[in-house]
Amino acid sequence: MRLFEAIGRRILSLLEEFGRFFQMLGRVAGWTFLPPYDLPEHVRQMVRVGVDSIPVVFLTTLFTGMVMALQTFNGFARFHAESLVGSVVALSLTRELAPVLTALMVTGRVGSSMAAEIGSMRVTEQIDALTALGTEPVQYLMVPRVVAAILMMPLLVIMGDAVGMYGGYFVAVQLLGANPVTYVENSFQFLEVSDVTSGIVKAAVFGLIFSMIACVRGYYTEGGAEGVGRSTTRAVVAGSLAILFADFFLTKLLF
Amino acid sequence: MEAKRRTATSGEPEPGRRAATKILVEKVSKSFDGKVVLDGISLSVAEGESLVIVGSSGTGKSVLLKHLIGLLEPDSGKVFVDEEDVWALSDRERNALRKKFGMSFQEGALFDSMSVFDNIAFPLRRSGRPASEVRGRVKECLEIVHLPDVGGKRPSELSGGMRRRVGFARAIAHEPEILLFDEPNTGLDPIMTDVIDEVILELKERLDVTIVTITHHMESARKIGDRVALLHGGRILFEAPAEEFLRADHPAVKQFVEGNAEGPLTVDFERQGAVPAGPGGSPSPGESGGGPTVPRPPREEA
Repeated sequence: MRLFEAIGRRILSLLEEFGRFFQMLGRVAGWTFLPPYDLPEHVRQMVRVGVDSIPVVFLTTLFTGMVMALQTFNGFARFHAESLVGSVVALSLTRELAPVLTALMVTGRVGSSMAAEIGSMRVTEQIDALTALGTEPVQYLMVPRVVAAILMMPLLVIMGDAVGMYGGYFVAVQLLGANPVTYVENSFQFLEVSDVTSGIVKAAVFGLIFSMIACVRGYYTEGGAEGVGRSTTRAVVAGSLAILFADFFLTKLLF
Repeated sequence: MEAKRRTATSGEPEPGRRAATKILVEKVSKSFDGKVVLDGISLSVAEGESLVIVGSSGTGKSVLLKHLIGLLEPDSGKVFVDEEDVWALSDRERNALRKKFGMSFQEGALFDSMSVFDNIAFPLRRSGRPASEVRGRVKECLEIVHLPDVGGKRPSELSGGMRRRVGFARAIAHEPEILLFDEPNTGLDPIMTDVIDEVILELKERLDVTIVTITHHMESARKIGDRVALLHGGRILFEAPAEEFLRADHPAVKQFVEGNAEGPLTVDFERQGAVPAGPGGSPSPGESGGGPTVPRPPREEA
């Protein structure tokens, strides 16, 4: 009986979480288009999500592209299909790896700090103070973060696509001795614009997901410093899992 | 709009009084995780009046204050500000209504991502005042709380007492109609306690603002309060004009004013075998939830 109670409680709290998420999503959507528009804050958040994430995303996608080339080259060499390495690297990066890995890295880097920041504002009554001063916390805190994530994630992914493909080229041509001209030709032979755009759409959706989860987790933080820690962890774990789930359904939907 | 407006109470009080009511709390109850913190509390504050709420720690004074400005939504009952039902308004209307308020929080609640200057300037900038005016007003507010040189500092560089005073300065910056002070002088040295009291008095006399203050200092209560109310067990046990309150013969009031560990306010805890908590102790809110041993005096309500 205890077991069923425990399971029931978990399901209820999961449903509660879902409810909060979508309720807050509605509020964020509403407040995004209402004045006053705090442009400087939007820019500050874009710098945090976008510009500051460039090194992490650069390294992640570079090495992903490199390892992709290495693996496929070794595998494809077994049936003399080395010429397809460029295509495989380009397709898997643009459609799948760049958006997902970028989103996971940014969730760890930015999502955690969003949850911690908003969470500690909650436990030190700063969110109450904002409200008391007639400022809507959803508008002041969440809207700039969510908007920044939605706008910056696609840009990071475009950069990641390019960097990853270069990583693949570097490994195949410089280390494995592939012909540079055929490699580049093959890279773009099967690549279509829709491959890139679908990755960009995914990136924007992932941005929305991780930033919303981080903000909502932070907003409902309770229980002092420990609570802030819990919120931060849950923002990263829930955010990463949600990105992976969403990735599956988006892929199903977009292709 | 008309539907949301209501006359203050459903008609009982005399009309003369109703017009002057700034804040009206009508049978508000609030529980947290099953613990009753406010138990059908009713309260009214007249325009230009200074009401002081006293009571042991953890009796829900801050919770009551947060209901006045709409930071917490009552489980049942209603809160009216200027005869508008706070929770019948839309989010936007409620935010607009909150701009009538200035509130200082127990720990200051300063925005730690901003400098002290930006903290105090925040409400001014949000209401679109020009930069020069903002600068002047922030300087003025910092001088009022005797902290003229801290504008460039971060809240984390200030002591607790200084943070509280900056919070106070932020609350009065936009010259609100209603001021809520949550223990404005707890943890301050005696001189600063008096400074804050003086500021409150001056605001009251000069600007004719409505003030609700929570405090433990009976001396402050006497000085700044037109009326004092004792909160216990989620209800107002006793309220009276300040001087009358201090001389009152009510056992609970006497215990609080004199600061005795023994008395009707602590009976609950003794019976439960807990440490007797006098004024300044910190029983959790639920434990004081209106047990039968608390004598119910004739309550003076509007």
